Amino acid sequence: MATLSSTVPVEVPTTGRGSGGEHPPVYGGGGDGGRGDGYPDYGRRLRRARLGLAVVLAPIFMFFVSIVSAYIVRQGLPTFDDKTSTYVRDWIPVALPLALLLVNTGLLAASSLTAEFARRQITRQAALAPVRSIPGVSLGQESGFPWLAVTVLLGGGFLVGQWLAWQELAARGFYVATSASSSFVYLLTAAHGVHLAGGVIVLLYAVIVSLLRKPVEARRIVVDVTAWYWHFMFVLWVGIFALLWFMR
Amino acid sequence: MATSATTHAHAAPQGFIRKYIFSLDHKVIGIQYIFLALTAVMVGMFLSLLMRIHMIWPTAVLPLVGEIRPETYLSLLTMHGTIMVFFVLTTAPQGGFGNYFLPIQIGAPDMAFPVLNMLSFWTTFVAFVVMLAAFFVTGGAPLHGWTGYAPLSALTNSGPGEQLGADLWVTSIAIFCIASLMGALNFITTTLDLRAKGMTMFRMPLTVWAWFITAILGLLAFGVLLSAGILLLLDRNLGTSFYVPLVVVNGQVMGHKGGSPLLWQHLFWFFGHPEVYIAILPGMGVASQLLSTFARKPIFGYKAMVYAIMAIGLLGFVVWGHHMFMSGMSPYSAFAFSIMTMCIGVPSAIKTFNWLGTMYKARIRFQTPMLYAIGFVSLFVSGGLSGPFLAQPVLDIPLHDTAFVVAHFHLIMGVAAIFGMFAGTYYWFPKMFGRMMNETWGRIHFVITLIGTYCIFMPMHYLGMAAQPRRYSQFTEVAYLQHLMPLNRFITYMALITIGAQIIFIVNLFWSMFKGPKASDNPWESTTLEWTTTTPPPHDNFGGHTPVVYHGPYEYAVPGAAKDYVMQTEPAGVTAH
Repeated sequence: MATLSSTVPVEVPTTGRGSGGEHPPVYGGGGDGGRGDGYPDYGRRLRRARLGLAVVLAPIFMFFVSIVSAYIVRQGLPTFDDKTSTYVRDWIPVALPLALLLVNTGLLAASSLTAEFARRQITRQAALAPVRSIPGVSLGQESGFPWLAVTVLLGGGFLVGQWLAWQELAARGFYVATSASSSFVYLLTAAHGVHLAGGVIVLLYAVIVSLLRKPVEARRIVVDVTAWYWHFMFVLWVGIFALLWFMR
Repeated sequence: MATSATTHAHAAPQGFIRKYIFSLDHKVIGIQYIFLALTAVMVGMFLSLLMRIHMIWPTAVLPLVGEIRPETYLSLLTMHGTIMVFFVLTTAPQGGFGNYFLPIQIGAPDMAFPVLNMLSFWTTFVAFVVMLAAFFVTGGAPLHGWTGYAPLSALTNSGPGEQLGADLWVTSIAIFCIASLMGALNFITTTLDLRAKGMTMFRMPLTVWAWFITAILGLLAFGVLLSAGILLLLDRNLGTSFYVPLVVVNGQVMGHKGGSPLLWQHLFWFFGHPEVYIAILPGMGVASQLLSTFARKPIFGYKAMVYAIMAIGLLGFVVWGHHMFMSGMSPYSAFAFSIMTMCIGVPSAIKTFNWLGTMYKARIRFQTPMLYAIGFVSLFVSGGLSGPFLAQPVLDIPLHDTAFVVAHFHLIMGVAAIFGMFAGTYYWFPKMFGRMMNETWGRIHFVITLIGTYCIFMPMHYLGMAAQPRRYSQFTEVAYLQHLMPLNRFITYMALITIGAQIIFIVNLFWSMFKGPKASDNPWESTTLEWTTTTPPPHDNFGGHTPVVYHGPYEYAVPGAAKDYVMQTEPAGVTAH
């Protein structure tokens, strides 16, 4: 085979991810991802961080899918009963504290909303940052409602609420090893709680960074991806809650 | 991740610790992965040697382990499998070579998230230390095999190694999952976002395609293994019954009830089968790259190769049940898994014939890397052909617990993948260390290793068909296996010779690192981007500029070109004719 493997005589080579006629990224000396003129390319960084987040969500999704499928399989599985020597169904519906969990869901929904406000707020600030840096230009005081801090508080409230829900479960006699159903309830809520706690830690980081003098564009990346992660955690919780309630 | 994006590799670090230990440079991290895997492979090889020796001299008192009791043998078996699969076959081809060469081959200055990359390596390192620690705790290493089947693995009193040793084993696997997920995240984001100008997806070398698809497999598979491991830890330590049914151990009724051992098998093999491709796909990528380079011909059917990798990856997720034909699953699902498994033969055959087509009527340069690439194809065919046998429940059920399966997966997943790594090492060594490896010793190493591995694993097919069970520690007292003992002795002698021959490789590797002849920038006359930069590459890979790509990766024997190959970066005008 003497032919070539599809030589395209390219005058203007296409770049990755469909950014047709864009100039190739020229990296400043040490390859710092900037454009070489000393001004970091925040748009590119944001795109990369969002792509990274989208990739991260895949294994998290798979993680929960595997537990949920185990839940469904286990629910339908008969168990050998040694007293009667027969196969019986041993799935006990867990008496979930519905009211408390609904309050928690409300808290998380509210936090998702405030996370979105925080995201939009900082997006606007980042968009205006170049204008602000022009000497003599004033855009007036930025409305600085602390949406991020509110989100952290609401997220913390949700986690405390989940803790209370566990205590309520224990009070009703459902411990981790009581039955297969209660094991799954604790497992799913704990796994979701751990993932949400990770989000809280990143948001706390974003709050602390906003107190330091980091460029608003850099902070925006942290807030943006965390907000999207947060929305995912909210949707995930709704799914888990629906599973635990409707498939008791 | 955002934080690591903002701290994207600045100027080259100066201090020793930042430069060689906690480095953010993907090249250093790649070499760290390779050395970790090299350490792991020596441990794993030593364990296999102990097992082989025990098989033919059961009363021998061996160094470090003393007399091998049946449970010691099972510990060796477990740790050999686990260390080899996770810390060698998953770590070196992907974490090692992938880390080093994926960014360079797509023209990127580094991985997308360098801090995460460093964390990924050190997390793997911690997982390895935790795994090794299982040898040194009360009761020793676990007995449950690398597949960790419940309920054996889920009870703390089911055997001497199932106490703390098994907890460390599960913990190590869980840590490894997290490390692999971080690595996969980096590989995918880097491939999608950091390609140089002109490097379209279909101009990526097949190595990059293999690493990319492998990363996707890892991304989807390791999360499931992580959840399976967490469930196992809960069963072991919090008294839950995910995997453990009502069970009596040593006359004592355990507190568990209603769990399903099959649940573990499903979750484990949902990871476990893609894991097979995680081990072998990078080897396929390396073989494709090398066959084209040393045959001086374009790879036969580049796009078919890419689609075959994708098809193998996709099918790899729907065949896990073929590991469970013995579990008493429904014959209907066994049939479905059987059909899907045999379907994998199609993309595998496409790849094999394309490799043969690439070599057909070529003026092949038989240098060491090429020898190993051809060896890879040979082993892939030999090991792969027994796959469709085992894919059929009627054949798998008699063969499943015999040495036949050991022969099958060692040839295809073990040795073929190792040959991919050898090929990669001999091929990329000049780029990584700036010196050439010794060619003569490389060839001697190849001949002994190829013949040796065939002598070890080919007879095992026969042993399996003669019903020699696997996982048993001792055969010398079993009457119906007596006539197989000469063959078992032969395998052990061959294992001794083959493992001994690896000393040649180790000496060649370290000697060449310091004393080998200096390598030029492109000693093999390859076309891909890593050969356009200096040897070894500078901190940012291309010395301050980003390459622009004009060609596909395998333009050899180009009519009208000045040389017989066209670099990917050569401007398009050169080949206009």
